[in-house]
Parts: sequence; C-alpha cells; structure tokens
Amino acid sequence: MDYATLIQLLDSTVRLATPLLLACLAGLFSERAGIFDIGLEGKMLAAAFFSAAVASLSGSVWIGLLAGIGASVALSALHGIASITFRGNQLISGVAINFLAAGMTVLIAQDWFKQGGRTPSLMGGARFEGITLPFADAIADVPIIGPLYSELISGHSILVYMALAAVPLTWWVLYRTRFGLRLRAVGENPAAVDTAGVSVIGLRFAAVGICGVLCGIAGAYLSTALQAGFVKDMSAGRGFIALAALIFAKWRPWYALWATLLFGLFGALETRPDVIEAVIGMKVQGQLLGALPYVMTVIILAGFVGKAIPPRAGGEPYVKER
Amino acid sequence: MSNEATLERQATAAPVAPAIELKGISKSFGPVQANKDISIRVMPGTIHGIIGENGAGKSTLMSILYGFYKADKGEIWINGTKTEIPDSQAAIAAGIGMVFQHFKLVENFTVLENIILGAEDGRLLKPSLAKARRSLIELAEDYGLNVEPDALVQDIGVGMQQRVEILKALYRQADILILDEPTGVLTPAEADQLFRILGRLRSEGKTIILITHKLREIMEITDTVSVMRRGEMTATVKTSETSPPELAELMVGRKVLLRVDKKPATPGDVVLDIKGLKVVDDKGVERLRGIDLQVRAGEIVGIAGVAGNGQSELLEVLGGYADGIGTVTLNGKPLDLTGRHSDGKSRRNRGIAHVPEDRQREGLIMDYQAWENTAFGYHHDPHYRAGILMNNAAIREDTAEKMERFDVRPPNPKLAAKNFSGGNQQKIVLAREIERNPDLLLIGQPTRGVDIGAIEFIHQQIVALRDQGKAILLVSVELEEILALSDRIAVMFDGKIMGERLPDKTDEKELGLLMAGITDTDTPHSVEEIEENLAHTHGDPHKEI
Amino acid sequence: MDVMPKWAEVVLVPLISLLLAAVISALVILAIGEDPVAAVKLMITGALGSTYGWGYTLYYATNFIFTGLAVAIAFHARLFNIGGEGQAMLGGLGVAIACLFIPWPHWSLALIGAAVMAGLLGAAWAAVPAWLQAKRGSHIVITTIMFNFIAAALLNYVLVNLLRPKGQMDPATARFPEATNLPTLHDILAPFGIAFSKAAPANVSFVVAIAACFVLWLLIWRTRLGYEIRAYGHSESAAKYAGISPVKITMITMIISGALAGMMAINNVMGEAERLVLNSTEGAGFIGIAVALMGRSHPVGVFLAAILFGFLYQGGAELALWTSIPRELIIVIQALVILFTGALDNMVRMPLEKIFLAVRRARAPKPERKPVESAE
Repeated sequence: MDYATLIQLLDSTVRLATPLLLACLAGLFSERAGIFDIGLEGKMLAAAFFSAAVASLSGSVWIGLLAGIGASVALSALHGIASITFRGNQLISGVAINFLAAGMTVLIAQDWFKQGGRTPSLMGGARFEGITLPFADAIADVPIIGPLYSELISGHSILVYMALAAVPLTWWVLYRTRFGLRLRAVGENPAAVDTAGVSVIGLRFAAVGICGVLCGIAGAYLSTALQAGFVKDMSAGRGFIALAALIFAKWRPWYALWATLLFGLFGALETRPDVIEAVIGMKVQGQLLGALPYVMTVIILAGFVGKAIPPRAGGEPYVKER
Repeated sequence: MSNEATLERQATAAPVAPAIELKGISKSFGPVQANKDISIRVMPGTIHGIIGENGAGKSTLMSILYGFYKADKGEIWINGTKTEIPDSQAAIAAGIGMVFQHFKLVENFTVLENIILGAEDGRLLKPSLAKARRSLIELAEDYGLNVEPDALVQDIGVGMQQRVEILKALYRQADILILDEPTGVLTPAEADQLFRILGRLRSEGKTIILITHKLREIMEITDTVSVMRRGEMTATVKTSETSPPELAELMVGRKVLLRVDKKPATPGDVVLDIKGLKVVDDKGVERLRGIDLQVRAGEIVGIAGVAGNGQSELLEVLGGYADGIGTVTLNGKPLDLTGRHSDGKSRRNRGIAHVPEDRQREGLIMDYQAWENTAFGYHHDPHYRAGILMNNAAIREDTAEKMERFDVRPPNPKLAAKNFSGGNQQKIVLAREIERNPDLLLIGQPTRGVDIGAIEFIHQQIVALRDQGKAILLVSVELEEILALSDRIAVMFDGKIMGERLPDKTDEKELGLLMAGITDTDTPHSVEEIEENLAHTHGDPHKEI
Repeated sequence: MDVMPKWAEVVLVPLISLLLAAVISALVILAIGEDPVAAVKLMITGALGSTYGWGYTLYYATNFIFTGLAVAIAFHARLFNIGGEGQAMLGGLGVAIACLFIPWPHWSLALIGAAVMAGLLGAAWAAVPAWLQAKRGSHIVITTIMFNFIAAALLNYVLVNLLRPKGQMDPATARFPEATNLPTLHDILAPFGIAFSKAAPANVSFVVAIAACFVLWLLIWRTRLGYEIRAYGHSESAAKYAGISPVKITMITMIISGALAGMMAINNVMGEAERLVLNSTEGAGFIGIAVALMGRSHPVGVFLAAILFGFLYQGGAELALWTSIPRELIIVIQALVILFTGALDNMVRMPLEKIFLAVRRARAPKPERKPVESAE
C-alpha cells in the first residue's frame, strides 16, 4: 500500500467516523445521566431527513441543520417524557423511536417530494462543502506533510471539525464543571442528587436534550455532508455502531474518539477490499468486515478484554424512596 | 399525658419560636394512610426523638419535612415562619439537613465531591473543591467529624460515610438536622461516638430530630420525644419525665411482654456442625473468615452482630445460594458448599428450612398469590405435581390449611403476597418453612417490620419448633430478640465469631463490646480503640439491614 | 397494592393504548392529505374482505405469532430479546439446509425436520447472548442487537458465497424441492368444501403457530419450568433463595425464545418463498416486540395482537397499492403501539388508577385500615 492510498483510507476513515463520533458522544451524555438510549439510530435518521428536506426547500444547509437538530431533539423529548416523566422502559422507548423515525421519514418524504421516500439531490448552499484550511494548497506538494495536511487534515466539512472539537469539550464539561459533576452523579445515584437539592428530572432532561442536539448534527452530516440528500434508511445501523463504540469506549469521551475512528476505519476498509488483500495477503469478505464492530463489541461486553461497567443507575427510572 | 398539654408547657417555658412546627400533616400513598393529622413542635437547640415501630410513619413524616414527599394536608413552620417545602432544595434553603437511613452518596465520587454536590460555588469545580476542603477542616475541628476528603466513598467504612452525610448537611449551613435510624448500621461504640457528635451539635445551637425504634437511644440522648403509632402521633413528652415501659406502651398501644415464655432447652445431638467456613465475595473480600459453630437438636442458637458483619453471608451459604469454603455437616453428613448440589433445592431436600432475612426480596414473590408462594422452593414436591404439570388445586388446598393454622389474615390463598401486611407475609413464609418439619431451621430477622401481635405469635412458633427437638439458627440485629429467644448466643464481627455466651450470663453491654470486635470484655476501652478496630472491617454498609 | 381490577389491567389498558395509537395514526393520514375513514375501510376490505385478504392477513399473523411468543416468553423471565430478527434469519438458514440437503419423502416430515432445524439454529443464535448475560453479565439487549447485525452479515455471506446456485445473480438459494412445499390453507380447507383463495400464502404453519400458543400457555402457567421462569422474572434474589438457578432459567428461556423466533421460518421461507432470500424476515422479529407488548405477554393476547398486526400489514399493502399512503405507515403504527403499550404504559395507567381509586373511595367511605408498612 502506498502513501497516497493510506492517506485516502484515513481520509475516508475520518469521514465515516464523524457521524459515529457525534452519535457516540450523544449517547455518552444520555447514558452518563442514567438514560439508556438505543434510539440514537432513529434520531439520526430523523435528523438526516429533516436537514436534507429543509435544506432542499430553503436552499440553506444551515437552516437544514437547525431543522435536523429540531427533529432529533423532538424525539429526545419523547424519549424523555416516556422514560423520565412516565418512568417507562427506556429500551422499549428507544425501539419505538427507531421505528417512528424509520416510518415517518419515508411517509413525509413521500408526501413532500413524491420521489419514493427520498429528497431531491442537494446542491450548492444546500450542502456542507469541504473547507480548505489555510496554506493547504500551498504546501500540497511538500512530500509526506503536504498530502497529510491538504488531503487528510484539510478539506472536510465544518461538521467534521465540530465533531472533533466536541471531544475535548465533552471531557471538560463532564469532569471540570458543576453540570458535569451533577450529570455523572445522576447516572450513578440519582437519590444523592435529589437529596442534595438538585432536580433529577431537570438534569436528565438536559442530558437527553444534549443527546438530541448531537444526534441531530450527526444525522445532518449524513445527508448534507457525507451524501447529498436523504434516502430511505440511510442511517443504516450507524446508531447501533455508535452504541457499540460507546460501550467500547467505556463511556469516556477520549476513548469514544478512538473507538469511533477504529470503527470508521473498518467502514473505510469495507469499500477497499484491494487494500486489505494487499496488506494481509488474503481476501476478506466485505460483509464480514462490516460485522466486525458488532463482534468486537460483543467480545468487550463479555468482559474478555477489559470489562465495560456502565453507569450504575443506567436504565432504571428514578423513583423516590427512603 | 395529652399532646396539647405538653405543647402548651413547652410554649410557656420557652417564648422563642420553635425551630420546627408541623401542623396537621396528613399523607396517603394510594389507599394507605401513612401520616394522619400530625402536629409537632421542636424547640431550637434540642434533640427531639421520634419513636415508633416499623411502619408507624416516622420516615414518611421526615421525608415530608425534607421536601421528599408532598403532604396532602398540613403546614410546616420553620423558626416561626410558615414555609412551603415542595422539594429538597427548599428544605436545604430553610436550613434543614437530613441523614437518610440508606446513605445518599455517590460511591465512585470522593468525599469532597459528594460534599459539594448540589452546593457548588459557581459553574466550575476547582474553586468549589478548594473552598469545601478549607471548610471541611474547620468543621472537623468544631465537631470532631473526621473524614478523608480525597478517599472514594466506596472505600471508606460505614461510620465515616455517615459522618460525610452529616458534613454534607453542615456544609449547607443546616441548623436543623434529621437523622433517620442512624445507628442501624453502627456498633454500640460507633453509636456512642455519633451521640457525642450530636451532643456537640446541640451545644452549638443546632436542632436535631432523631428517628429511631430503639428506646435506649431515646432515653440516652433526647430532650423530648414524640411517639408514633400507625401513622398517628400518640404523644409528645419530655424524656426526663417518661420511662421505657411507658414509651413502649405508647408505641404499641398496650403493655408489651418483652420476655418470651419458654422452658429451658434440652439439647440433643449436634445437627449442624460448621468448621472453618469461609465466604469470599465477587470482589475478592472475605466476608466469612473461618466460622466454627455448632447447633444441636432442640436448641436455638442466636447470632448477634451489627448488620453487615457476615450474618447474611452465613445464612446464604447455609441456605445454598452463596458459595463457601470449609466443612459443614448436617446430621454428620457433609453439605456441598459449591457446585451443583449447593442450591436451595438441595438444601431443602436435606431437611434445611430457611426463613430469609428479607422476605420481600427473597422469601416471597410479591406478585405471586399466596398459594403460589406456599409452593415457593418446594414446587418440586411430589404432592404439588400432576404428571409434568403442577397440581395447582392441591397447592391451593394446602395453602388454605396453612393459612388457617398460622392465622394469616385475610385467609385468602388467591391474594397476592404484596397485599398482605408485613406480619402476615412473614407468617406465610414461616408456615411454608416450619410445616415441612425440617431438621434445621435457618431464620433471619424473624420479626423485622412485623406488628407486635404477630411478633409474639412468631416467637411462640419458633420456641415450639425447638421444643419438638429441632435445631434453630437465629440471626437478628435486635439484641433484645436475641436475648429473649436464644439458648446460646454467638456474636459475629467482621466475618468471625467473637465468642459464645449464655443469655442469662451476659448482658447488652458485654455483647455490644463483642459486636465491636473486642474480646477481653473486662477491661474498659476507649472509643478510639474501638474505632481503630472497626477501621479494619470490611462490613458492607449498603447491605440491606 | 392492586389498585385496578384485573379486567382493567388486561383489557382496558391495552385497548386505550391501542386507541391512542389509532388516533395518532389517523392524524398522520389526515396530514398527508388522505381520508382516515376511507383508509380504514380500504384496509378492512383488503385484509378481511376476501379469502385472499384473509390468506395474507393470516400469513403475516403466523410470522408475528412466532416472534411475538418469542419476545413474550423472554419478558416473563424479565429478559428483553430484541434479537428475534437475527434468530429468525438463522431459522431461515436452518429451513434452507433442511429442505435443500435432505431428500424428504413427504411435506409433513419435511415440516418437522425443517422446524427442528430452524428452531435449533434460532435457539443457538439466542443461546450465545443468553450465556453472555448469565455468565458474563453482558447486557442481553445490546448483545442481541449486535447479533442481529452479525446474523445479517453472516446470512449475506452464506447466500452470496455458499448457497447461491452457479450462474444465479441474486443472493438466494435454489428453489426447495417439490416434496417440501407446504399445503396452503386452500389445500387444507378444500376437502371440507370451503373455498379458500389459492393465491394467498397462508399455510399449515398457521396451525403450528396456534399449537405453539397453546403449548406456551401450558408451559408458562401450568408447569414447574414456567413457574420458575415467572418467579425469576419477578425477583432474581427470591429465585436464588428458592434454588432456582438464574443461569439455567436465562439459558432455557432464551433457547425457547430463539427457537420460537427461528421457527417463524417454516412460514415465510418454507411456506411462502420456498427458497431463502436476503431479508426474508422483513422486520417480523421487531414486530414481535409490539405484539408481545400489546398481548401483555400472554399467548392468547399474543395471538390476538398478531392477527391485528397481520391485518395492518395486509391492509397497509392494499393502502400502498390504491392510495398515496406508503407502506411505511405500518411501521409508524407499529412504533406507536410499542410506544403506548410499552414505554408510555404509565401515562395510560396512572390516570386510570386514579379513577379506580376515586371510585373505590366513593363506594366505601370508611375503608378498613390497611397496615401502613408498604408506605414506610
């Protein structure tokens, strides 16, 4: 494998890892606050549709992004009402949200655009274009560093850089602020937070809300940056891979970055069987590679390689008791 | 003594406004009325006890004061001002702090993080932590509340965790401190230390409400005491003007027989023989550290000890649902302590019956009907079978008989277990286990959460079983119960048996020292020494007691 | 404390939930400019107005009975088997192997053989997450989700690389031999003089599904195993005390659950497609969740809910054919049913409990004093 191929591979790794990273951090906020969220997939899908649809209708990708975030946050609110207000089963609520998004997106797409459940292709300002960082063109011809900078580091859409910036930001919020302390506490022992005079419900809704915003950006990235428009079921299980990455990352922000990059790399390799063959000297089936994140997560979950301990109050609705 | 008379006298003696005044508080949970028209006044700088049986509504009342529940009716006055307390935030703002029976701490946070949680200064943590560290040193000096600020809560002992809870309240400038059953997880020595701290807080002008069901504690530390019974406040009196028998009568509504009527035991052969029994939990901590104990036919051996010192593990391993290492024989034949034949089913087949410590979590399926619970654990019994199916009719019939013999009310086999009172639930368990005619009965906390009437009945049943020549191993955290029922007492501390005593040749004081791990009970001991001793224990503070 | 009478619990709560789902679905139909009343009429004629419609309704219902029972039995042990989809895929593989590689003399033997193979593979696919949950503490919901994706990848691989006949382009197996073709309801009912549509795919598997309902009812409510499964579901600590092994119950329950989900394949793969194609399950594994929730995990409830969903599926297909309402409307309805009967259960329950409590208080002004224990 030559250097140019490597750069290409890493470049598509970053592109594919971005939605995973955003969704993974989204899940991190929610689950750290004690709300399991298997509805990441549905929220991404809804956001992907609404951002593409609104971007297409308004011609502005930024308005589209807002619409996507709005849709995702609305589903988050539903999840919050079901699992926080009415203390319902968080897993079942997540399942319902996934189906709701899968059905509604096609239904509305069909009603609005009549193109068999897709949006028109996005062009120009309705789509996030790559940003050329300063000097990218100037040093493109410098060996090694040139391609590294101009192709791998430069040239991504703004959402990619936002996702990467979200990692240290998440870390800082979680471990250095009052909100983070309370958020972590409410996922470990909500009674401690409640008796300390802080609203468990408020904190959990805040966490679920942040989850919605991040999922919204992830979904918008899918349809307005990675691709140019919405197609049916375009999240294609990414919400679940993000969930897997979250477990892989043991609910920590920096680990989340590495986990999603790894899973992004698998995705990138799936489209380049020639590269795998060149590197390991044998053919690997694309389908099997696609299953690798899931297999690895099962192994991690089984505790054969480092135990992943979820937040202690995760999945349990908070009921006051003495 | 009437309620009003006391209140009036208090009012005339102290013209200052009461620190707390509750007026006509009522609270229902669904069809259950937990508090009924309760009024109470607590003067500043005093310790006020609230005593009552389990289920009398004490905790509910205090939870209302702390904003944890909302009262259906009634008013709360703090320092002479009517105050709405819709949530804990409001309670804290009104200067109220509460130490719950089950601590509300985040296990994997440090002591310092737990203290600032909810009372941070500003949005960033760093300055808050620094400030808390400084004031912690002051508070430690003022009240003798020593803690390690940077230790993780999961790594410190129960006593220190409780001090963290008190510090949390003080850090929030609480002037009124509520403690709910604070000594349940403490040894007598730790309890003494807690009471000294409370005394110091009182002398600094803090108002303290102590909720307990132990008469001794009321007499020892409180200035005034209110008695609750079945959701109602039956009396408020000055502690110096009352006596334990009077309080006991007020608590239960009639004179209580604290002694159990029983003949001397006539022990026979050794039924249960335990040698060098160890239990290691899944964190690798030794919960039982080499137990040697014998129980003979026709005798009741009582295990005394503070909750969390290995009693539960002892029952679990004997009951077949925890693995153990060592030798245990029943009627001379060994019991498997690990593997396939170490489960509840095998134990029952060997003639061991078990009334577990926590009937709601272990002894019963709360959603199962009484008849289904009667078969619980014995559902493989041939009488309960019809081919490959269960013979539900036979089980129901059997249940009806058992309910009648044990006076379970209401005697309806089709009522779900959760709809019976605590005492009747316990009778269902007891009927199931005793009626099997076991060689050995394991019985944990037989009367916890059981009304007085049922307590007597249950004690009589246990003694009757002994008189039939059965071996009985009794575990209870109520020293009084241990002293009243046992023919021999073994005291457990930190997974070991500290010594055996005969009930008529010992007293609460000696047992108390043994419970703190001090074996040479003749020489006096300082609290520091006892503390030191306790620091090495692995007692699990979060074990349900 | 039971606040509501049993009939309210069993009938009223699911009915109100269903009603809520129906109202919102009607609003959705209105919003896309169609008439909900006409839509319902069209669905009823399409799904129930002819034996052809019934044939499809019952065909879909058969799938949902199997996957619904699979989810229901797991619910009794408080296990959430979200992996019915993957287990049904593996079941399809089992059916394909049984039908393609064994020369069956008669369809009845083939049905037994295929059901066993489907059950075995489905059970195996559920047994791994069960073992990981029981022995390693891995959350079964997450592992079964992962296993759905792994199953899809595996099936894709097997169909593309192993079972695809030479020269065929689409990833599917060859047609199953004639002898393995199951009799349809048309074939079964003809001797009784009942004319049932020849074209509809409902087949003898429907009878197997009904039998499965009965067997499962017997298992859950009348056998010691069922007693142990329910006990474990109510309280793990109590189960341990009684000598009921959590590992054993988790494994057995999930094996039964996986086998049921796998056995769905005798209907869709063996009875209808008569070959194994990619995505043959069409999400039936997930619909099982809605069916089990609506049926309150009771076999009779599951049966009724499965028929309802069969009706929705067939009716929805008709809608898509004759109106501008896409088939995805069914997914929305399914989501709403899961939402209201599952996640928002308390939203329906809490006001109802209040009403019942008020009624009871009004009837008995001075209730007998209950012990306050439960409140302390």
